[in-house]
Amino acid sequence: MSRAGIIRLWLPALAVGAGILTLMLGLAAGGYDPLLALAALWRGALGSPDAILSALLPRAIPLIIIGLGIGLAFRAGALNIGAEGQFYAGAIAATWVGVSLSAWPRLVAVPVVLAASLAAGLLWASVPVLLRLRFGVLEVISTLLLNFVAEALVSWMVQGPLQESKHIYPQSDPLPLAARLPQLPGTRLHLGLVVALGLAGLLWVFGTRTLLGFQLRATGANPLAARVMGGVNTRRVFGLALAVSGALAGLAGGCEVSGTSFALFQSLSPGYGFTAIAVALLARLNPLATIGTGLLFAALEAGSSAMQREAQVPAVVVSVVEAVIIIAVLLADSAQRRRLLAEAGT
Amino acid sequence: MLPVLELRGIRKRFGQVEALAGVDFTLNQGEIHALLGENGAGKSTLMKVAFGLVEPDAGGVAIGGTAIRLGDPAAARRLGVGMVHQHFTSIPAFTVAENVALTAGWRLRPRQALERVRRLGKDTGLLIDPTLLVSDLSAGLKQRLEVLKALAADARILLLDEPTSVLSPPDAEALLRGVQEFRARGVATVLITHKLREAVAIADRVTVLRRGRVVHTGPVRDETAERLAGYMLGEPMSGEPPRRPSAGPSTGEVRVRAEGLAVERLGGSGTGLRSASLSVRSGEVVGVAAVEGNGQRELLRAIAGLTRPASGRLEAARPSGFIPEDRSTEALIGEFTLTENLVLSQGSSAPWIRGPWVDWERAERRTADLIESFAVRASGPGAPAASLSGGNQQRMVIAATLERRPAVLVAENPTRGLDFRAAGEVMDRLRAAATDGVAVVVHLSDLDELLAVADRIVVLADGVLLDVPPDASRDEIGRRMLGATAG
Repeated sequence: MSRAGIIRLWLPALAVGAGILTLMLGLAAGGYDPLLALAALWRGALGSPDAILSALLPRAIPLIIIGLGIGLAFRAGALNIGAEGQFYAGAIAATWVGVSLSAWPRLVAVPVVLAASLAAGLLWASVPVLLRLRFGVLEVISTLLLNFVAEALVSWMVQGPLQESKHIYPQSDPLPLAARLPQLPGTRLHLGLVVALGLAGLLWVFGTRTLLGFQLRATGANPLAARVMGGVNTRRVFGLALAVSGALAGLAGGCEVSGTSFALFQSLSPGYGFTAIAVALLARLNPLATIGTGLLFAALEAGSSAMQREAQVPAVVVSVVEAVIIIAVLLADSAQRRRLLAEAGT
Repeated sequence: MLPVLELRGIRKRFGQVEALAGVDFTLNQGEIHALLGENGAGKSTLMKVAFGLVEPDAGGVAIGGTAIRLGDPAAARRLGVGMVHQHFTSIPAFTVAENVALTAGWRLRPRQALERVRRLGKDTGLLIDPTLLVSDLSAGLKQRLEVLKALAADARILLLDEPTSVLSPPDAEALLRGVQEFRARGVATVLITHKLREAVAIADRVTVLRRGRVVHTGPVRDETAERLAGYMLGEPMSGEPPRRPSAGPSTGEVRVRAEGLAVERLGGSGTGLRSASLSVRSGEVVGVAAVEGNGQRELLRAIAGLTRPASGRLEAARPSGFIPEDRSTEALIGEFTLTENLVLSQGSSAPWIRGPWVDWERAERRTADLIESFAVRASGPGAPAASLSGGNQQRMVIAATLERRPAVLVAENPTRGLDFRAAGEVMDRLRAAATDGVAVVVHLSDLDELLAVADRIVVLADGVLLDVPPDASRDEIGRRMLGATAG
């Protein structure tokens, strides 16, 4: 294997190592016991079957599903920064449909709930698609701003149309059993994991084996060549990728409501839509690798609450680790690109 | 004669390739020095060493008698060296004036910069509207801007890397006249070129490189184009490319028919296509002779089905093959493999497509076949397109274009940036396609090449298509091309 190939293979591990090292140095400098904190992080994420099944995996499900969608959009050159909003759009739709389906059989109700969340995410992302294709508004900006709109919408929903029956708390009624994703008994792990893994496989096949998946990659790599040489309708491919990535984020919101929270409330997502950008980037937009990076970031998030509990380290420091990992990957990428350019420049 | 630029014993190795194997080069004050060589002979690398863009492994550079620090373009610029690169180096989102001001290190006072660029344009004959955005300029104007930028920094030594390769004959002549005027003012110029005619016409001295070594250097007046070609190739070459004898009117079926065709201009400059009536038959090569920005881009792209006519009638047989002018941005995706580029170009009707699926192994086998039959030098079907040389990239593009068995083949300046051996091969491929019954429409910025390849010439001037009598001379065609633009 070439040197570049080896670096590619080990890069994620090196990046994670750099992140952990930075965390420990920071903790030591801040007067915490880094080893104690690290041990707590480990216990919270992977220390027991319960940690894995009820803390790590349930957090990995939305990260993987959203990360897959973001990877798809980025491959087509569509910078979807609005997954958080699309997640909430899906969560609202899932709640709305879910609370009214108590009389339905579970086998029908759950798919209907998930389909509603998928459609809502798609619809939410169609706005930036239209803005971009009709008026040239950059999707980076429109998707980002729609996050705020979605959060405001949730806030209004849980105090208005979707507020629980007693009208006291700012949250929805709990979903009836019929609308809930089945859980592994005694844990918080739900069937959304199968959905996430299935989607990863599906998208991998789509990207590597189908013409449309290939044309999507070509559109992201060089839209001009894709249009001139390949006759690809790059606008349509771009719009499709962005809309589908919104649909997946919406589906993640539906899975969260139907499998974990069973209700809608304001801080339903601890920033899944943003963390998933890191998940997709660290996976280099590869669907199968997204499973691994989704698990990694879920472990960091799960461990951070244990760290706060046991070592009194504020949970936010984990976002420092996440940031260092991303920066390390981006640096390595640009170094590699520079080397390629230098070689091509002969 | 006073040497103003001296390179001694320059060696440079890129990986396995020895680009320069101990080169000496001297540029004297006030001379035009042609630097000739095939693609990959080391011409550009040598001049990049002189300008400090490439640090040599061994050797020294002196400007005006002072040894300079190697690999420091700022030092070279301070000593009055300006370089015009093969690829455009302007900032597309800036105006012409802003680009000039940036390179020349002027303090940016917009109105003064505008005025200075206007004056400079008048002085040098390189006229260009300073308020235009660079992204709106045609290739010819971009090249003009590059030269202007080099001169604006008060360069006394001008290094021009194939400045005429993207220019139409009149633009090229204007540029070369400009270079001669600079000489009259004491500017020393190195002119890297493939075009022997240019070298013989305006240079005082010539140096020929082959495979990183100097094989000849001396005054130009003793040389002929054939002798120089012999030095470049290391073997004697027959004279100029011959004009195709007229084979009489073609009798194949009509594949392209345009009547009163008009197309809005693509990109920011040029006239667009205002009126073209033309028919192209199976088996013939129609050459479109035009000065940059006179509607040829619009005509060709309309025939290829890439842009919609504004008015008039256009019927063109399908499928059509299109070879775009810019290989690296339109014809190929550099980071994709050759197989991937082939799959992209063949779309959904290729034999390796089954429903939504791509049979990559089959596509790869076909790519390997094409690599072999078109003699593409590449490590294999899995090589990224960017790793190929320009000539080999163009072979691959032509292979992919012909793979679709086009009824009509449209080629937009397909010899751009290729040495004459590679250019000759491209022209042979176009001829062979016509022999196979394809209707070929080609524009080449080099009129001699166009005359050599085309059965029939049409001229586009100011967006209007003119027919040319079959016996029209080269000069007559040139005059027609200029006809409307001179005013």
